[in-house]
Amino acid sequence: MTNNFMSVTDQVIDPDALRDRLLDDAAGAYASFEGWIRNVNDGLKVTRLEYEAYDPIAVSEGQRVVEEAIARFGILQARCVHRTGTLEIGECAVWVGVSSGHRDEAFQACRYIIDEVKVRLPVWKKEYYADGNSGWVNCERCATHGHSHEDIAAGQ
Amino acid sequence: MSKTLTVRYFAIFRENAGTGEESVSLNADTAADVFALLKERHGSNEPLGHCKVAINGEMSHWDATVADGDTILLFPPVAGG
Repeated sequence: MTNNFMSVTDQVIDPDALRDRLLDDAAGAYASFEGWIRNVNDGLKVTRLEYEAYDPIAVSEGQRVVEEAIARFGILQARCVHRTGTLEIGECAVWVGVSSGHRDEAFQACRYIIDEVKVRLPVWKKEYYADGNSGWVNCERCATHGHSHEDIAAGQ
Repeated sequence: MSKTLTVRYFAIFRENAGTGEESVSLNADTAADVFALLKERHGSNEPLGHCKVAINGEMSHWDATVADGDTILLFPPVAGG
């Protein structure tokens, strides 16, 4: 499911292709973020993750986040893509790309988008561990770190 | 008065309920009432403050009034990225 700025997909994310869609003659900077599946969490060996989303609201809320970033930081273009389904170690789970006139706003907008996406979109992940157990990640750290953006904006 | 609601569950809530969707009749005035009644029924432990709710396809809030025929989406703590 896709709108102008946000996609949720069960297909492999291709960062190079996504980057090319943000090319802009007025852009002097491009910043991106890729969230990868790592093989350990809280000391447990992770073998794979399953992502689930409620696509209609994930897309509409993601669109809102990117629109906020454009308005707040004055960037030229931005997009975000989030994966669903089963992901193996090393796969890209989420991608954010921003093009802008200068690097400061590109970095800040990219950070804003990924932080908001992590706490606002209806997306869940279930970790599968090497010992055969599994568990839904409730992302306490995201909740703790999710709202430092006011400080960032105030520093502009 | 009892209201008939369609409730959709996601992630751990779906696993706890054993279904992704069910029709329920509840004496509930607000979304928080729905959450509390179904938490008890399905044995979920997630605190209300960490969860989100959507009513008829739109993000809502826990003190929103629910009406007969509404579709309530119960979202457990999110973990994107």
